[in-house]
Amino acid sequence: MGGRDATMVLLDENGVRCDGRKIDETRRIMIRAGGLKNADGSAYIEFGDNKILVGVFGPRDVHPKHMSNTDTGILRVRYHMEPFSVGERKNPAPSRREIEISKVIKEALEPAVMLEKFPRTAVDVFIEVLQADGGTRCAALTAASVALADAGIPMRDMVAAVASGKVADTIILDVNNEEDQAGQADMPIGYMPSLNKITLLQLDGVLTPDEYKKCVDVGVKGCKIVYELQKKALKDKYFGNGGD
Amino acid sequence: MTSVSVIDELKKSQIFELLEQGKRVDGRALDEPREIKIEINAIPKANGSARVYLGDTEVICGVKIQPDRPFPDTGDRGLFICTAELLPLSHPTVETGPPQPYVIELARVVDRGIRESHMIDVSQLVIEKDKSVIGVFADNVVVDFDGNLFDACSYAATAALLTSKTPKWDWVDDKPTLVEGEETALPISTIPVSVTMGKIGNHIIVDPNGDEWASMDARITITSDSDGNICALQKGGIDGFTQDEINQCGEISVRVGSKIREIIKEAQKGSQ
Repeated sequence: MGGRDATMVLLDENGVRCDGRKIDETRRIMIRAGGLKNADGSAYIEFGDNKILVGVFGPRDVHPKHMSNTDTGILRVRYHMEPFSVGERKNPAPSRREIEISKVIKEALEPAVMLEKFPRTAVDVFIEVLQADGGTRCAALTAASVALADAGIPMRDMVAAVASGKVADTIILDVNNEEDQAGQADMPIGYMPSLNKITLLQLDGVLTPDEYKKCVDVGVKGCKIVYELQKKALKDKYFGNGGD
Repeated sequence: MTSVSVIDELKKSQIFELLEQGKRVDGRALDEPREIKIEINAIPKANGSARVYLGDTEVICGVKIQPDRPFPDTGDRGLFICTAELLPLSHPTVETGPPQPYVIELARVVDRGIRESHMIDVSQLVIEKDKSVIGVFADNVVVDFDGNLFDACSYAATAALLTSKTPKWDWVDDKPTLVEGEETALPISTIPVSVTMGKIGNHIIVDPNGDEWASMDARITITSDSDGNICALQKGGIDGFTQDEINQCGEISVRVGSKIREIIKEAQKGSQ
């Protein structure tokens, strides 16, 4: 777990990746809307071996009061990993990495949520990573969008997210933990398909300008796959199985 | 806010009036715990894990086992540390930031029940005396709150520990070295079970739900081991217990605890 294996073949001559996927294939994705009783809205996602729970509260009063804004509601996001979610036990206190991810997820969600309808209030999004396996921020963002919708908060669109990347000089969809550790580039993308807007974008690694364009293109296509699963999770909860 | 317990006066008086007739708000007998559901191996990447539902209270415990330095005065014993945390998504009043006193009490009571029962024989968790030992961390996270976190966390930690697999380390070149492919169960000597009782008026109730939790005058958590001995106890709340009540609670905790121990054993068997 987490260690680098120098002998591992990330991509074989038939275009098959280390976990048996094709280059444009995501891991197994399961999204459930709801599930928590006390939260106003919630969602659970299994994205490969990632297991993430999201709870949403609000719009509600803001504490401390000085954080509130008379013109609009505010969005607060906490991304947090459980001590048992990773290979070596993680200190439960928030790390710099978790604080940064909380911020980028917040900024990715903000354009989707109609906060201006709820001045002086806060919407709190709590993300708990129960098990991590590469790509947690994308899976968390995907689940957070579903949880916000489940809470009945007015939204312009849902944000779907998945990472694309570069492994063995090839652009691939949905970077797993091994590919992230040993690969050449990792580009998490959050995208609102109905509005055609990218709201989360990061990159670790080196890409040529052409590869850069391809990477964004592959990621956006992946987000559209994820988006359908988000909608299906909400339909399953509110209209019964597969309710089209 | 000093706890997650909020209740309106009407509900509180309803709970009390029902108890006067010997009834509970959810129809249970006074000494009847809620339904306990245990899912072993909820977090496959941990060394052991369990998700426990105690009624609508939901807790996940993950166990991590890794080499650690021993405490200076106990170089011949491994480490066992049990924690508990209320996730902010478990209830609207839970805040982020440093843990509140009631959460620290929760973690310490859960830890103490398991530690004092000597469930895990830590003398068998030594890699190299005074230099390196095996550390066992059982971290509980509360996912949904509906009262009685003490028992929910305790059952989750116990079930996770019972089904944990520990890797093996040898002392090579002055450092612990993992021996590939050798995993064994933890050295378990007993199965501790905590039973938490609330006192409302003069009534003692087992496993208070969220509304009962908010109406309690006092509470007591008693942990007993497989031999039926009492090994840890914590009283809380602003009212007191009479000596007779304390004796009664001791008897209830052993009797109810033995039934719950069977449920935990069933879950363990089901996972094998």
